[in-house]
Order: sequence, then C-alpha cells, then structure tokens
Amino acid sequence: MRRQAQRALPAVQEPTKKTLHWPRRRWLTAAMSTTAALAWPARGQLRVEISGVGATQIPVALAPFREESQVGVALAAIIKADLERSGAFRVIDGEAGLDERSTVDLPAWRGRGADALVAGSVLRLADGRFDVRYKLWDAVRGDQLLGQSKVVLQADLRLAAHRVADEIHERLTGDKGVFATRIAYVLRTGKRYTLHVTDPDGEGGQVALASPESIISPAWSPDGKKLAYVSFETQKAAVWVQDVTTGERRMVANFRGSNSAPAWSPDGQRLVVTLSQGGPAQLHTVPVAGGAPTRLTTSNAIDTEAVYSPDGRHIYFVSDRGGGPQVYRIAATGGAVERITFTGDYNISPSISPDGKQLAYITRQAGAFRLMLLEVGATAPVPLTDTRDDESPSFAPNGRLIVYATRAPGGDVLMTTTLDGKIKTRLLSTGADMREPAWGPFGR
Amino acid sequence: MKHFTFRTLSLVSMMAVLAACESPSKVAPTAAVPVETRSPVVSAAAAGGTSAGAATATGTPQSGVSTVNLTPRSGAGAGGAAAGSALMAAPTQRVVYFDFDSFVIKNEFQGLLDGHAKVLTRTSGKRMVIEGHTDERGGREYNLALGQKRAESVLKSLSLLGAPEAQLEAVSFGEERPAASGADETAWSRNRRAELKDR
Repeated sequence: MRRQAQRALPAVQEPTKKTLHWPRRRWLTAAMSTTAALAWPARGQLRVEISGVGATQIPVALAPFREESQVGVALAAIIKADLERSGAFRVIDGEAGLDERSTVDLPAWRGRGADALVAGSVLRLADGRFDVRYKLWDAVRGDQLLGQSKVVLQADLRLAAHRVADEIHERLTGDKGVFATRIAYVLRTGKRYTLHVTDPDGEGGQVALASPESIISPAWSPDGKKLAYVSFETQKAAVWVQDVTTGERRMVANFRGSNSAPAWSPDGQRLVVTLSQGGPAQLHTVPVAGGAPTRLTTSNAIDTEAVYSPDGRHIYFVSDRGGGPQVYRIAATGGAVERITFTGDYNISPSISPDGKQLAYITRQAGAFRLMLLEVGATAPVPLTDTRDDESPSFAPNGRLIVYATRAPGGDVLMTTTLDGKIKTRLLSTGADMREPAWGPFGR
Repeated sequence: MKHFTFRTLSLVSMMAVLAACESPSKVAPTAAVPVETRSPVVSAAAAGGTSAGAATATGTPQSGVSTVNLTPRSGAGAGGAAAGSALMAAPTQRVVYFDFDSFVIKNEFQGLLDGHAKVLTRTSGKRMVIEGHTDERGGREYNLALGQKRAESVLKSLSLLGAPEAQLEAVSFGEERPAASGADETAWSRNRRAELKDR
C-alpha cells in the first residue's frame, strides 16, 4: 500500500503512533477482530458486516450530522460504514451536537485518539432540496482540511453521504473512494432471477431486470450507464445490453449456439463475447451498436471469460487449450497468446485491476474454489480468502477492493476484501442467493 | 481436368495452412442477428423525491434504475404439432447422461439417438434443440461452454446417424438448470446431461 506522506496527516508517523497509542490500539484490535454488525433502522433487507484489522488505519472521529434524524437518512452511519469498509480508517464515534460551524476542541479529540474529525449538518431548503454540509479537521495539526456543501434531492441523500465519504477518503489517503459507485449482481429467489444495482454498502438496491430464467455475467459499460449481461429468457444464452436509467434493452449477440461472457472495450464501442457457432466456445468482438462479429481466437479448445486490459491493448481470457482452464492474454487485435497463470490446474474468472498490474481470479485446489491475487508477470499467486466456494471476483475502480461471491451457511453471499485480504465486508441478505457481482466505474 | 485438379488441390492446401494458423478473421454469422429493441415492460421508475411539506423539488434523481419485468412464456419449449404418425413417434427417452468432465456419448445411449435421428431424417419439418448441462461444480461461464460441448457432441452423433443439421441447434444451460439439487455425486450425475427437445 502506497504511503501518501504528503497528503496524509503529517503527524501520522508509525513510531509516534505506536508510542502514544499502543494500549488503546491493542484494545481496539481485539474489538475490531470480532465481527461488528451494524444495524440499519429498518431500511431494505441488506445489512453489512465488517471484520478484520488493517495494517495502517487512520483514526477518524465522526459525529452524527445535525438534523439527520429529521430527514430520516443516517448520514453519519453511512459515512462510517464506508470509511471502515475501505480498510483505511477506524472510526471513533462522536456525540451529537456538533456541526460544521462548531468551534471544535481539536486537542481534546486528539486526546481521544483521533487524527481527524468530521462534523456536519443537513438542512432542508425552501425549494424542498437538502443542503448537506460538513467539515474535515486535522486534529494533529489543528486546522481545517475540507469544507463542503452539497445540495441534493431527497432521493439522493444516501448518494450525498457516499460522496462525503469519498472526499474524506481521497483527502486523507490520496486515493479516490468508491463509495458513490454501484455494484450490479444477480439475486435468485426460488424460480425468479433479478439483476440488481446497488450502492457498495448493499443499500439502495434497485432492480434492473426481473426474469423467470437465469441471468449471468453482468458487465458495466465504461461510462456506467449500461449493463451487458447474459439472459436465458429465449431458452438459450444470448447477450443483451440494457440502459440502466431507461430500461431500454437490445440483444447484441444471438448467434447459433451459446452467446456469453460479455466484456466492454475501454472506449465503450465494442464487446468481446464468447460464441460457439457450431464449435467450441471462441472469443469474438462485436460492435455495441450491432453488426457482424470478428473472430479473435482460433483454437480447438474452450476460450471464454474475456476481459480487456484497462489500456485496451490486451484481452485476458480463460482457455483449456493446455488441458485444464488457465488464464491467457492476447493482443486485442489478435495474434500470439501468452499464458498468465501457472499455479494449479484449474484457473478461471479473471478480473484485472484498474492499473493493469494485478489479476484476481478463482483457482480450484483439492475441490475448493478460492479467490487468488497475482501480480501480472509474476508466478506466485496469493490467496485472499479461506472459504471454499468463491466465484466471480470484480475489482473496484480505485483498485483497492475486490467484490466476490461466496457460499455461507445461509446461502450465497457477496463479500468485499482489501487486496491484502485483511479487511472483509459481508453484505448480508435474507435467504436469497446472491451471485455474479460486477463493480461499476466512477461516475454515475 | 488436370488444371482443375491442381487448382482445387492448391486451394485445399492453402485452406489447410490457414486453418492451422491462429489469426483473427472476419466471419459472417451463420444465423441472422435478430438485434431487436424490445419495448421494455417498465415498472415505476426510480424512487422520486417527493417530500411531505410546503415545497416539492422536481428533478431527476441521479440514482435512477428502471425495472424491466419479464413474464414467463406460456408453453415455452413445448414445440409444435406432433411429429409424424405413431409409426414415426420420437423415442420417449430424451436425456443423455455424461461422466464427469466428459463429452463422450456412452454406448447405452446409441439406441436413443438412433431413434431420434430416424425421425428427424424422415420428417424434414421437425426441428429439435439439444440442451447441454453440467453439474454445479466450477465457474458458470466455463460450465456454459462445457454444456455446449455436450450438446454439440449429441448433435454430431445425430448428424452422423443421418439427421440433417439444419433441423438441429445445440445450446447450453451450463449449471443454470439443474435437474437435481444437492452437492453429492447422485445429484451431480443427474445434472451432467443433454436433453433433446422439440421446437
């Protein structure tokens, strides 16, 4: 993890922290390593559990926003959960009564273990919109780092809280936060399948598609406005593209046999898809606007699960041309194929990080399917979980988190993990199977 | 005659050389692409921002998602009228089972396939779809491709037995439509299959 010495609070030096706060840190370590369930006030059926201790966590004090109980959205609780999920923060709860105009006793907050303080308010305006304001103070240097105001519709109050968390994350770590992005996933309830779009905290979920047949492999367009996916509604696998806001949808691949595994080119103009067309599965690219496919791979094996590299120059994919499925890479214009995974005899479901340097994928080891992380070009992957039925990893657009599906005693659930595997978040659901997560891009 | 043979041979050998190379090539789709824009059955749009109070702010929330609701098709996959007379009735057995990680059609299913092939050969209007499946172990997309291989294997057998390929399509459901639930070999063996259905 990069040290953002210039942008992080200057007094956050490892030796100083250890000397002053070791006893408190030990207590907090014990507290944090047990699963902490956060209860939402009866809003939707998803709650979030966060567990684990990160290597370096910035302690931030956060008070409830003035008037937030009047508007019915727990802004501070949303911000707290976002900051903790990132793995980069430990939140100290502050008492109500503070807002962005308060005169704050920063040395006192420092004495309570906080390196930073956040306080704010939400005010209902005459035109019915809401003004969300906050300040971020540096408790160590004793000055103000950020002061912001956002005017939003009531329906966007959750989004405003996520954006506040993003701004705090970016100001204190140097990296953009992903709390205002969206995750798509598929929910199976009995014989009904729904494609959901939700905030990364699992709340605010809305249904994009409800179907009596299976939906798999959702993929966000680079501008975050469309979802490509595979639907079996016509009694076979076909690739569809749907505008998330309007619901308008069209088939883009419905050739003979199965059509699946869509992934977008970074310029949003093409999809790479897997077509069978009377033979084994092979990679093709098709224009998003419609048109004839261009074949990309020409093996006699199964080639599938393609994803573009972020610079658009390569396509990573799964092939069993060597026996068992492994991850390979080909130039986006076609040509020589390079093998990427060498450990184990069954490696599938690649997801490439936004900087193009890390590959998350699933390996099968002795019957267990586990999430692995590999630096592209290296040979030794690192396991990120100790569960046995991991599926479908997807990188967050800031490259610091991965969402994946796994099996828990109650059913299939979605988890996020930091890249060191230390902080994990579980999005709980009530009895339905959650699968196929896809993390959307920045910008809604 | 010689000239014709030479040209044919050089064409054939050229094609063989090209086929052995891995290079991208443009291929026309074997079936028309019905790229359609279906009017979605769109239910209520994103949660609007109406507030109880003096003023109501109008505007589009940024978080809008429209829901498309698909209803089950009536009689999906049931197929058309009965194919032919009682003499030419299709075998009642319609499922071929496979061993783990295999697409090989075992001898015990040859009779079944022979029966279906005969019906297809003698009834030119009869169309069938072969649906391939896997057990639930492994990734969904990889299993979709494995299921496709099973369906293609059955299609190839039918074709070798004389059934016209134009009357057949091989598709896959991967692990999406298990016949049996459970995480043991009993369930898994019942899910590794290809089903023959009338269209």
